[in-house]
Amino acid sequence: MTNLSFFRTTAAAAACIVGVSVPASLLAQTIAITGGKVYPVSGPVIDGGTVVISGGKIVAVGRDVAIPAGARRIDATGKVVTPGFINSSTQLGVIEVSQVNSTRDMSATGKDNIAAAFTVWEGFNPNSVMLAPAREEGITSFVIVPAGGLVAGQAALIDLVPGMTSDMLVRAPVAMAAQIGDARQAGTGSRGELIVKLRELLEDTRFFMTHRREFDRADTRPFRASRLDLQAMIPVLEGTLPLLVSVDRASDIDAALRIAREYNLKLMIASGAEAWMLADKLAAARVPVLTGAMNNIPGGFSALGQRQENAGLLRRAGVQVALIGNAGGGDEEAFNVRNLKQEAGNAVAYGMAWEDALRAVTLTPAEIFRVSDRLGSLQTGRDANVVVWSGDPFEFTTRVEHVFVRGREYDEMTRQELLTERYKVLPNRKNMPR
Amino acid sequence: MRPILFVLLIAAGACARVKPAPAPTPVGGARDSTTRGDMGRGSTSAPNADPFPSTYAAFPSRPTVIRNVNIFTAAGPLIRNGALLIQGGKIVAVGPTVEAPADALVIDGAGKYVSPGLIDTHSHLGVYASPGGDALSDGNEATNPSTPYVWAEHSVWPQDPQFPRNLAGGVTTLQVLPGSANLIGGRSVVLKVVPGRTVQSMKFPGAKYGLKMACGENPKRVYQTRGPSTRMGNVAGYRSAWIGAEAYRRKWDKWNKDHRGDAPARDLGNETLAEVLRGNILVHNHCYRADEMAQMIDISREFGYRIRSFHHGVEAYKLADVLAREEISGSLWADWGSFKIEALDAVKANIALVDRAGARAIVHSDDPSGSQRLNQEAAKSMAAGIAAGVPVTEEQAMKWITINAAWALGLEDRIGSIETGKNADIVLWSANPFSVYSRPEKVWVDGALLYDRNDRAEQWRTDFELGFVPFTRN
Repeated sequence: MTNLSFFRTTAAAAACIVGVSVPASLLAQTIAITGGKVYPVSGPVIDGGTVVISGGKIVAVGRDVAIPAGARRIDATGKVVTPGFINSSTQLGVIEVSQVNSTRDMSATGKDNIAAAFTVWEGFNPNSVMLAPAREEGITSFVIVPAGGLVAGQAALIDLVPGMTSDMLVRAPVAMAAQIGDARQAGTGSRGELIVKLRELLEDTRFFMTHRREFDRADTRPFRASRLDLQAMIPVLEGTLPLLVSVDRASDIDAALRIAREYNLKLMIASGAEAWMLADKLAAARVPVLTGAMNNIPGGFSALGQRQENAGLLRRAGVQVALIGNAGGGDEEAFNVRNLKQEAGNAVAYGMAWEDALRAVTLTPAEIFRVSDRLGSLQTGRDANVVVWSGDPFEFTTRVEHVFVRGREYDEMTRQELLTERYKVLPNRKNMPR
Repeated sequence: MRPILFVLLIAAGACARVKPAPAPTPVGGARDSTTRGDMGRGSTSAPNADPFPSTYAAFPSRPTVIRNVNIFTAAGPLIRNGALLIQGGKIVAVGPTVEAPADALVIDGAGKYVSPGLIDTHSHLGVYASPGGDALSDGNEATNPSTPYVWAEHSVWPQDPQFPRNLAGGVTTLQVLPGSANLIGGRSVVLKVVPGRTVQSMKFPGAKYGLKMACGENPKRVYQTRGPSTRMGNVAGYRSAWIGAEAYRRKWDKWNKDHRGDAPARDLGNETLAEVLRGNILVHNHCYRADEMAQMIDISREFGYRIRSFHHGVEAYKLADVLAREEISGSLWADWGSFKIEALDAVKANIALVDRAGARAIVHSDDPSGSQRLNQEAAKSMAAGIAAGVPVTEEQAMKWITINAAWALGLEDRIGSIETGKNADIVLWSANPFSVYSRPEKVWVDGALLYDRNDRAEQWRTDFELGFVPFTRN
């Protein structure tokens, strides 16, 4: 018992990274985006508003804002200014080419389908060619979530800035990823057994927390989970690290709620195909849901009730909803993180208020993942992740005109644009046949 | 959560409204004006051209006028505040105004849009039906690298709940293809997206069959241990198959002409391939890379068949001029790519670039979710083209999901545009279909209203959905 606080401290220190800012040389510029329709998200829309960026931060937002001398001015008249979009769950940067195994880094082998210690961001590829296409369509931050097994590992929130992973991390871990409902993937024979296994892990973690000395002397019974996994689960049991449970069937969501209540866990639901059936319950338990708005196929016996109104119904019931781009998943998921805006537009078409949809791709994920002091809104002091859109951000014909991440503007050519340029005029080269 | 790529959709529903079957319409005859000269001569030689005839009959309809509506005709400029009359299953009039028959249902379309029923050239509905799993995995006969003897229609489950969702997305015609595990995957089937007890009752009367072929990574991966295990093995496989098919065709064509001696032995696979050689079955070739497409074109020349459409073609933009010259359409994704090596060079302007080069560009899905939102996929491609400096109008983009797709199926004289005399496959959209907020409100197939967003009685539910799936759609 005496050592508990020590362990808490070290576990937290070892496990929690809070990213720092980028080199000052990149931040020097002061930029004033003027005249746009500004959606701070944290407050009401400002017509003809100005956003001033300096030192990588937002330094002023409002209608009557003094523009610092020497600031670069961007006229956003007739345009829309929002916080950079945050995709709440993706494998961007940990899968480069889905069907090339050597580029897949989103899963751990783990021990007996438990990989709580797995820190997926260690395998993140800051040089992935998929990053720029996402950013150029307005995604400035995203959460990489590991997959596989019963407990998949720890998720991290990343900003799309240059540098290595340590430069890009905003917060890690932001959640412990697990799943309920796929018994086989959990190495169990049924839903009930999966729950037993999850309980065992939680019980063992609790025991481990209080019997660390005995454990180190090999004076405890053997545990199913490894030492590192048990250690990684401690903040989950302490309620400081949310358990992000990927789950679809209503009864499985209910099971997740029961366990969370029983162990006093901070729960988040991911995917949540049938979450709308428990909307009031989720709202009462203050459990956020990360989901999409383009899934309506009864694509499995766990998702028979899947519908596009899910996100809107949850929101109306008072649930915190974050939208996931390309939530249907599939091989091309990482390439199409950029379709977050399409997801948001469809959420609106299927019943979510437009402002709620905007919130679901900006401030709500920032709040859920506890980075709202830095991301998700246009407020003084926040990181300058800002997008200027030619119109409604969710519409297909709208262009991203400027993207700033931590105050720096990005407009580099993506690999796709380089290819497009190369073949825009055919036949293009002497050495190209036919 | 989403099934892997090279599979897809079709489902039909339980419907009390199935009408008595009309006389079967022959399928596969040499009626396509695009058939090339001497390749069409032997079309009657197929020993049994239509053993599973369509029993489709149009659902009951009443004369309907939509007025005050913006009409994407896919045959000309947008008609603003125009009108449309459908009657007897056909489009009878379209223009600034139309005369409404006394018994016509008149719909005010103020602020709304009309388009032709959408067409997806690449679907696996019914052959990879929901809710999925091994029991419903019927799209790849992955037991032999060449299986021209299988027909997708024999795998289609009409109760696939994906069918009504497709209809609600404005899709009225689908080509259901076998998967891409095989070099030659088998026959496709063209279906109307309508409720039916049998696949025959969904089959598009008179539509030609397609032949699914596949290039590249999939076949060589699936057959790694028995071969082909390389791209060169793939090409040898196609050529061997065509050599056998040509010999078979000659034998049968000769016998059909002179009836001398015993009839040659039938071979299901070669029957299909011979029909391709005769020009009666259209080739739909899954192929990602430009260099491989060029090789497939050479193979088609070597054996005297035509490729009607390259599917997926993420590198079609690299070969767009050749596709235009060869009159090969491109059934393409708006934005899928990078999930495997042969998909690495996908660019979002692909469809716009292919269109600009003068080839027929088509937005296809290969995905039960994307297929429900072909309008959104087209909108993305249109925007990407514009961003790349390739001007694209909404009228052009509409063709990518209607008339160009109809051409790829050989049905451009019957569907795919709003023109007098064409089948009345019509979608009424709540707003401009290139807006993310637009949704189909009503969908007519051959003049019959088969989906109404505001009327549950007009929302088709498959047998499977009863009890299993909450009735929540609206």
